[in-house]
Amino acid sequence: MSQVKISTADNRTLLGFWIYLMTDCVLFGSLFATYAVLHQNTFGGPSGQDLFELPYVLVETLLLLTSSFTAGVAILAAKAGRKKQVIGWLVATLLLGLSFLVMEIVEFQEILSSGYSWETSGFLSSFFTLVATHGAHITIGLIWIGVMVWRVWKLGITQGNLRRLMIFSLFWHFLDVVWIFIFTIVYLMGVIGI
Amino acid sequence: MDSIKHFIFGDFNLVDAIPKEMVTLGGAIGITLGLLSILGLVTYFKKWGYLWKNWFTTIDHKKIGVMYIIVAVVMLLRGFADVIMMRLQQATSVGSSQGLFTADTFQQVFSAHGTIMIFFVAMGLMFGLINIVVPLQIGARDVAFPAVNAISFWLFAAGMVLINTSMLLGEFSAAGWLAYPPLSGIEFSPGVGVDYWIWALQVAGIGTTLSGVNFLVTIMKMRAPGMKLMKMPIFTWSVLITMVMVISVFPILTGTLGMLSLDRLMGMHFFTAGGGGNMMMYVNLIWAWGHPEVYILVLPAFGALSDIVATYSRKKLFGYPSMVWALAAIAFFSMIVWLHHFFTMGAGSEVNAFFGITTMIIAIPTGVKIFNWLFTMARGRVRFDSPMVWFIGFVFLFTVGGMTGVMLAVPALDYQVHNSLFLVAHFHNTIIAGVVFGLFAGVTYWFPKVFGFTLHEGLGKAAAWLWFIGFAFAFGPLYVLGLMGATRRLDHYAESTGWQPLFLVAGFGAALIGVGIVCQLLQVVISIKNRKKNLDKTGDPWNGRTLEWAVPSPAPFYNFPAIPNVTSRDAFWQAKQTKTPLWRDSDIVDIHMPKNTSIGVVIAGLAFVVGFAIVWHIVWLAVVGLVAIIVSVIVRATNDDTSYTITREELLAMEKEHKQRYTA
Ligand code: HEM
Ligand SMILES: [Cu+2]
Repeated sequence: MSQVKISTADNRTLLGFWIYLMTDCVLFGSLFATYAVLHQNTFGGPSGQDLFELPYVLVETLLLLTSSFTAGVAILAAKAGRKKQVIGWLVATLLLGLSFLVMEIVEFQEILSSGYSWETSGFLSSFFTLVATHGAHITIGLIWIGVMVWRVWKLGITQGNLRRLMIFSLFWHFLDVVWIFIFTIVYLMGVIGI
Repeated sequence: MDSIKHFIFGDFNLVDAIPKEMVTLGGAIGITLGLLSILGLVTYFKKWGYLWKNWFTTIDHKKIGVMYIIVAVVMLLRGFADVIMMRLQQATSVGSSQGLFTADTFQQVFSAHGTIMIFFVAMGLMFGLINIVVPLQIGARDVAFPAVNAISFWLFAAGMVLINTSMLLGEFSAAGWLAYPPLSGIEFSPGVGVDYWIWALQVAGIGTTLSGVNFLVTIMKMRAPGMKLMKMPIFTWSVLITMVMVISVFPILTGTLGMLSLDRLMGMHFFTAGGGGNMMMYVNLIWAWGHPEVYILVLPAFGALSDIVATYSRKKLFGYPSMVWALAAIAFFSMIVWLHHFFTMGAGSEVNAFFGITTMIIAIPTGVKIFNWLFTMARGRVRFDSPMVWFIGFVFLFTVGGMTGVMLAVPALDYQVHNSLFLVAHFHNTIIAGVVFGLFAGVTYWFPKVFGFTLHEGLGKAAAWLWFIGFAFAFGPLYVLGLMGATRRLDHYAESTGWQPLFLVAGFGAALIGVGIVCQLLQVVISIKNRKKNLDKTGDPWNGRTLEWAVPSPAPFYNFPAIPNVTSRDAFWQAKQTKTPLWRDSDIVDIHMPKNTSIGVVIAGLAFVVGFAIVWHIVWLAVVGLVAIIVSVIVRATNDDTSYTITREELLAMEKEHKQRYTA
């Protein structure tokens, strides 16, 4: 199996995507800042302590972290030119990401079914918005994996596909990092009550 | 029946959506007729194919730049129409007279004026110039991501269309150019105006963020060999720093508008007065974007003027490194001053003192720049062509604006004049004298590079002087009025205030500016008519210093037949002095150029649809539009066939043609 090379144009794309991620980082930054300001404003509704179940969120976290790992392995396999392995690891990433998303939706559903929503308080508005924005990114990522599986299947590991896989993995790891912050600032500190 | 109708059309209802107020209705009819006649003309002359192939699907950065500027000029006329209305209202609405417009119309007018002038005039002129100039200045053939560039422009255009649609169908926001809650919340602004405002800016703003990424990568990765960072032309430097600011703050705007929209659409409580919201959070966020934004506008203007002053003084720019550091310092400090917009929030004296001092510090690097420009001119053989005339007006008036800015930075003083006409005079003093004059100078200066002929000098100078004198009359009185206690956004005042004469003088000033604008339009028309007389046959009409002047005018679509090798700061000047060409025919090889694409028009068209659907709560349409956007992105992103090759022979032939054009 032959190695695929990265060209100058690819480097440009990687840098461009990296900078785009920085803008996304700022977007999350403003959502985090707003959450930090509003998270005490429960307005008679439930607080983080009332709502969050740490073990549940821990499972979500583990799913996402593992998916980051499988995505990394997929890239290594792509660089080595192993098509079948790439597809396998990508599908694993897809499934893990999907399970994460489902768990998140179930969590939201539970809050809604106990009679609260984003309309309840400033705290819940900022909670839902922050977490769902991350979830929306994950959804985009899942679509992206789907497209990549199909492309690698059809065309093999071309230079173009490798570049797309590499920027995908940047994206996916980035979402992982954002989630770590959500886990810490929203859930962990929420359960502790600070 | 009703629920089906609601499902299909959301809250949209043609009869209700058509404006009722006479002025707005007149404007709406005017816009519609104008649009229809343009469409008719294009159809009549069978130009659709030409427009589609050569403009709508183009990825040529120069053409995209031209389109930005066209949109900006049209919007300048729109923004100026608002000026006329405001000036008429404030001149007449005194005592028992209620003026020409209702309070609500007046509010829509100043909101429209501020929004359109900032987002669609100043930003449009700025990105127009950046697009035209930057790749040429760094010796590149295009930007890093040409298709993304087209998307950026078309999103800007879609935002523009959306905000103007609000005049035809619905209403304009009446909540000011920054739409502070709770006024902009659903409770106090239940109509569609604020939603239009949000989604127009959202669409255009995402385009801006993409441009930020694009130009940052372009400048970092695509400079000609040998062009180290400290050898870049200063305009390119100003753009590099501006783009860093764009990517740092535009996402804040996106997030903030998003949250405001969630409050309005989904009943959330980010910025509401009740429900645990915090409206001062909005004010903080919007200014964390908004203050850097005004420097985003002015830094490229500084950069353009730096190149202009050096060229017309026929000297190298004085203090180049300090110019770069001053740009960087201004950018840095501009990110930590946002609170000066609401000293009166009452954050306490330590906080106010901190932000007051950081604000004042910005005057230092700005002063450095002013002195460097003056030192560049000192002992130069300065030619006062019209770009230099704009520069002269800039230096005097912008300095005044800077000084009143330092006054406003003193919290104790700000408590007196906060939200008064003193403030309005101050920011026009910086934004018109700084941004607008600087960009006008740039447009005049680089115009021949795209069109191949220079602009009429006499009318250019006349326009500049009319703007300067008009400016003094239009805004001088506002400083005085502000100190007398006149607040901004007044639709009516008492006769006993004695303000009316000053408002009349301000109206006279605006009229002078209006004549200046007419001169500029005439300038373009006459220059096009007489273009044969003003052809730029050399490609270097001003004896320029930087690479863009090394290629013929109009610049060929591939810019450079061979990428030049750069050894010094003023690369082209150096080449002229030492009589060494920047490239030889033997350097020319086959090149790849990006293919035209309709992706920009498609995505922006869909973004418009999504925006419109959200404004009118047409859920299915918004969903369909979003899905269609995702599909288009996937189709484009999985396309590997996006460029084509021009062979060396073709290039040589085209180059020969350029050379022979004026020698025959
Ligand atoms: C052409 C000459 C111009 C004139 C005579 C003019 C005049 C005015 C006037 C009378 C107001 C309302 C003041 C009030 O609140 O009572 C205003 C507001 C404003 N103008 Fe201009 N303007 C001009 C150009 C511009 C330009 C070029 C920009 C920006 C690039 C701009 C940005 C704004 C903004 C942001 C507001 C605040 C709107 C608000 O209160 O929400 N103006 N202008
Ligand atoms: Cu400011």
